[in-house]
Amino acid sequence: MPSLLDIDALIDDANTKIVVCCGSGGVGKTTTAASLAVRAANRGRKAVVMTIDPARRLAQSLGLRELSNQPTRVDVDEFRPTGELAAMMLDMRRTFDDMVLQHAGPERAKAIFANTVYQTIASSFSGTQEYMAMEKLGQLSASGDWDLIIVDTPPSRNALDFLDAPQRMSSVLDGRVMRMLSAPAKATGITKLFGAGFNLFTKAISAVIGGQLMTDLSAFVQAFDSMFGGFKERADATFRLLSSPGTAFLVVAAPEPDALREASYFCQRLIKDDMPLAGLVLNRTHPVLAELPGARATAIADEMSGSPLAQAVLRLHADRVAVAEREKRLLARFTMAHPSVALVGVPALPADVHDIDGLLIVGDRLAGKG
Amino acid sequence: MTQSSTGWSEELSRVRFHVVTGKGGTGKTTVAAALALALAGKGRKVLLIEVEGRQGIAQLFDHAPLPYDEVRIAAARNGGSLHALAIDTEAALLEFLAMFYNLGFAGKTLKRMGAIDFATTLAPGLRDVILTGKAKECVNRTDKSGRHEYDAVVLDAPPTGRVVQFLDVNRALADLAKVGPVRGHSESVVKLVHSPFTVVHLVTLLEEMPVRETLDAVAELDSADIRPGVVIANRVHPNRLPARSVAAAADGRVDGSRLRAGLESAGLKLDSDNLDGLVEETIEHAIRVQLQEGAQQQLDEARLPVLRLEDLTHGVDTAALYELAEALDEQGVR
Repeated sequence: MPSLLDIDALIDDANTKIVVCCGSGGVGKTTTAASLAVRAANRGRKAVVMTIDPARRLAQSLGLRELSNQPTRVDVDEFRPTGELAAMMLDMRRTFDDMVLQHAGPERAKAIFANTVYQTIASSFSGTQEYMAMEKLGQLSASGDWDLIIVDTPPSRNALDFLDAPQRMSSVLDGRVMRMLSAPAKATGITKLFGAGFNLFTKAISAVIGGQLMTDLSAFVQAFDSMFGGFKERADATFRLLSSPGTAFLVVAAPEPDALREASYFCQRLIKDDMPLAGLVLNRTHPVLAELPGARATAIADEMSGSPLAQAVLRLHADRVAVAEREKRLLARFTMAHPSVALVGVPALPADVHDIDGLLIVGDRLAGKG
Repeated sequence: MTQSSTGWSEELSRVRFHVVTGKGGTGKTTVAAALALALAGKGRKVLLIEVEGRQGIAQLFDHAPLPYDEVRIAAARNGGSLHALAIDTEAALLEFLAMFYNLGFAGKTLKRMGAIDFATTLAPGLRDVILTGKAKECVNRTDKSGRHEYDAVVLDAPPTGRVVQFLDVNRALADLAKVGPVRGHSESVVKLVHSPFTVVHLVTLLEEMPVRETLDAVAELDSADIRPGVVIANRVHPNRLPARSVAAAADGRVDGSRLRAGLESAGLKLDSDNLDGLVEETIEHAIRVQLQEGAQQQLDEARLPVLRLEDLTHGVDTAALYELAEALDEQGVR
């Protein structure tokens, strides 16, 4: 049996500075992150939670009305924590703009903001959201204003994107390919290395993506040239921060095959890279609340005449037993592959969570209480 | 289970390109596969396409990872067959470049350099044009006698938030060249997507957020002049309670002594802990049923036929896919 993940021990430990909630989309990462932050604040930590694209009502429950790049203190009537709680919603574009502004100064930044290639990269480049989440995490950490930072990760198709995107992105921005594409004439060594195909390729790409884009690309690369080094350095620094012992990764999964498969890959990767994996949160489970085998419940219901309520209850119980068994089977597959990963199951609430009370209940369940 | 008998119209049975989208986590790939199987069960030759590089089809059919090639993966009733294609963007782009620009052996080198990944990420529209273009080629392909190679093509498309952008290659063209092969390529995609032979089906759960996203996507499809098909409510929890007791139970009012008496009359004696447990399960069930009904009502705003697939408590494997296809068949998919 894998050990139980002790959430309270994790968030009470003053050495825990950063908790990263990761996992595939739709598993309840944001709710988990928010609940952890609420619980930590209630237990005396000075906590901030950075959410990415939260459901509107959940955001409102934390007092967030719009994207804001600075944490706002959660100040709602029903919540008076002994510690402190702040929350923010990542504004990807603004984070990118700020980063450019800081490195390039207002004059050059203005030209960069007007460039279409920059606009594409800052708003829709795959990996920008991950990159900016890391950048913001670095800033929050450097500010020293918080003693616990809880991060929700972008809804990537693949949970691993969060770790890889910043690296991939900085290597693309910094990459040879971009230079070559933007200035093929200067890339004299290229033809020697890769054969005549490369020039043909740049011609083809240029024909496909259009001449204007190539011109903008060239301008973009020139403007960015001096900043590349700085960007890469920052991404590397954040990566180091994530590998440090003050960080804890919580892998969040729903008891569904896809989500658990992703969770499994993610654990593998964290273990392989020696990253601080705290454990698995199995979110929204449906434990059975009465000891009565499903088959027996069904058999009795089948025999029954009258008592429609009792019959209905037996059938819904049998459904629930079947679901719980499926969930156990899926989990067993995971623990077989990762016997050393601590885990905690969080029983599902019947309704969506969109207020502080809901977050408090999820927090209790995360801690194995209630 | 409520049957929507008018769910699958005559028009829909003539559609040749079924695009399936849905919010992440709603079971879009599973539903796309079940729909493809249901269509194949009417004696069609059907192609199921995936574009997100996840090998979701192979996993569902317990098949080895699919190559970038059309592979027969299942037989269906009435002489039908199901084929699958996992489109690899890089390979498709190279294929496209080779076709129009005579790009010879450089492809592999470029791939190794990440140049292709670079080009497709820099101009996200390019990726979409390549993927939809490949799908279009499959839909339109004919044999020597002029017959379509596939009677229907089902596309497991990107999620609701991105599907219109994905299909609306006109918009994508804004960042692409306005001349040459790409243009011709895109124009034929535009023609197909806006033709009566194409519809977009939306997969949702009967929960607040997915329903909200579905409604948004329908509105977006409408304004892009792309035809929505049906909404498929997936993983519906069947209501076990008598309709009249749902509201009370959801409110926490379950008559414990009546329940105890009913169980005892059937010879089942439970202690109070277990009885309380059953009551708690009943309350949670009722709340869920009520939320589902609310979501269903909200979904009616879309004014689209809604097909329902019940939650398979034992999970989805290949056999379950056939069960889902059967359920679609029963609701009129043809």
